[in-house]
Amino acid sequence: MGVGIDVEHLNAWYGTTHTLQDINLKLPANHATALIGPSGCGKSTFVRCLNRMHETNPIARATGVVKMGDTDIYKDEQPVVIRRRIGMVFQRPNPFPTMSIYDNVASGLRLNGFRNRAVLDETVERSLKASALWEEVKDDLKKKSGASLSGGQQQRMCIARALAVDPEVLLMDEPASALDPVSTSKIEDLIFQLKSQYTIVIVTHNMQQAARVAENTGFFLNGKMVEFDSTDRIFTNPKDKRTEDYITGRFG
Amino acid sequence: MSANPIQSPLPGDNGPLRPPMNYRTKGMRINSARRYATNHLITALSLASTVVVIIPLVAILIYLLYKGASSLNLAFFTKIPAPVGEEGGGMANAILGSGIVLTLASAMGIPIGIAAGVYLAEFGQGKLLATTIRFTADVLNGVPSIVMGIAIYSLIVMQQKHFSAFAGGVALAVMMVPTITRTTEEMLATVPHSIREAALGLGVPRWRTVLSVSLKTASPGIITGCMLAFARVAGETAPLLFTALGNQFWSYKLTEPIAALPLQIYVYAISPYDEWHRLAWAGSLVLILMIMVAVTLVRIYAARGILKGAS
Repeated sequence: MGVGIDVEHLNAWYGTTHTLQDINLKLPANHATALIGPSGCGKSTFVRCLNRMHETNPIARATGVVKMGDTDIYKDEQPVVIRRRIGMVFQRPNPFPTMSIYDNVASGLRLNGFRNRAVLDETVERSLKASALWEEVKDDLKKKSGASLSGGQQQRMCIARALAVDPEVLLMDEPASALDPVSTSKIEDLIFQLKSQYTIVIVTHNMQQAARVAENTGFFLNGKMVEFDSTDRIFTNPKDKRTEDYITGRFG
Repeated sequence: MSANPIQSPLPGDNGPLRPPMNYRTKGMRINSARRYATNHLITALSLASTVVVIIPLVAILIYLLYKGASSLNLAFFTKIPAPVGEEGGGMANAILGSGIVLTLASAMGIPIGIAAGVYLAEFGQGKLLATTIRFTADVLNGVPSIVMGIAIYSLIVMQQKHFSAFAGGVALAVMMVPTITRTTEEMLATVPHSIREAALGLGVPRWRTVLSVSLKTASPGIITGCMLAFARVAGETAPLLFTALGNQFWSYKLTEPIAALPLQIYVYAISPYDEWHRLAWAGSLVLILMIMVAVTLVRIYAARGILKGAS
């Protein structure tokens, strides 16, 4: 099951650039939350702070409190544990080029030392079914390299890979921006189904996409969160003038 | 956004956003005879260069076959050198000795070289230590092999008061390390950052990511680097002169002087006897073939391992 995330006074820096300024936000469990805003506004930095990927960059730094359920992710656990509980799907599909489809999906478990064949087989099948890729690849799971799939298939394989470690939260950083419309709609259908079991945060430049998949939407601008509300209200009746300007296409 | 502003319906048409015709060079014209000629000229030149590169290699091999093949027989691979004046004899001890010294050198040089390369690429960014190691490796790469031999002579042979296979192995290992370190670093640098992030994002610890993802992805290049280093030291004579010394008899012990093919070839080639000259040619041929076989075997094995995928 998914678990909610509370963010309080989150600040983040790259070197001396103050990328995120005092973000406060509650991401409800088993819902999809969309983050929109122009390029460079801090959306990606924000999701990277949620699973502590932000700090893998040597010049990056973050302060504030991020709670997942009762766990303070910056105090109570090691980053690797947090990243297993909060999965991530990146903007561009990033399969492991030396691995087969099977090995790609199983990699999260295997690289963490898990070896039980039967459980691995079962997890790979379940994850690929959950990401709606199973039917397309089941015959050459171990024959084909993960990198030989099409872009849309690769991205669904990356989603399966993230699901295989059984996370509670799934962060998606523009998961469909490098894909064609057909693949995009498949990914969106997928997000819609995954909501019942995971808490989903999706960064997107596509406002229709936000409207289609997310119950709540946050609007980021210049490192600040301008507005956070139900998706309906953000798109029909935003409180802030800047949000309205952005969604009506007056800038960005 | 991605629409190309420099687009016009017809090639050569001067659309509103295109530079005026007189800005363009003749080569830009469609069906330009000059461009056609240049294309073929450059292709021919690169082909010619390839041939020039291959000629010496093929020539050496053919010459070695011509000079050495006739002296190759079973005795060459099974007997130790015969005393002067006696017929027959072989280089079996030198072949075995080269095998031992090279195995020793690889066992020391490859792990150290790869580990240093991993540090430079994955952990040392911007650190003074990394810059120092990189500089040292580059200098070490340029040190003449005879100097390396003398250095190991004074560091190991003088201390232990005897020549040994071990000293020879160390000398060759030290020569392998800089090449392997620098290729490992460069190959790791070509591994896309997104792949490392994929592993880290799955909760894989950093050390695991480096071992199972970065190194694995870069392994074809790293293996090539190791093979280059191996092939280079396999033929080295100078660093062995003051370390392994050579031996006319069977020797397996790491603490004793040991025979090696390059040493044996050197001794035989500068001797005044025709029979020894012929054996030196045969030895050279065997040395080259051994290197080729070793490199080929590793490549085949590595290609299989990589295709099999992760673990």
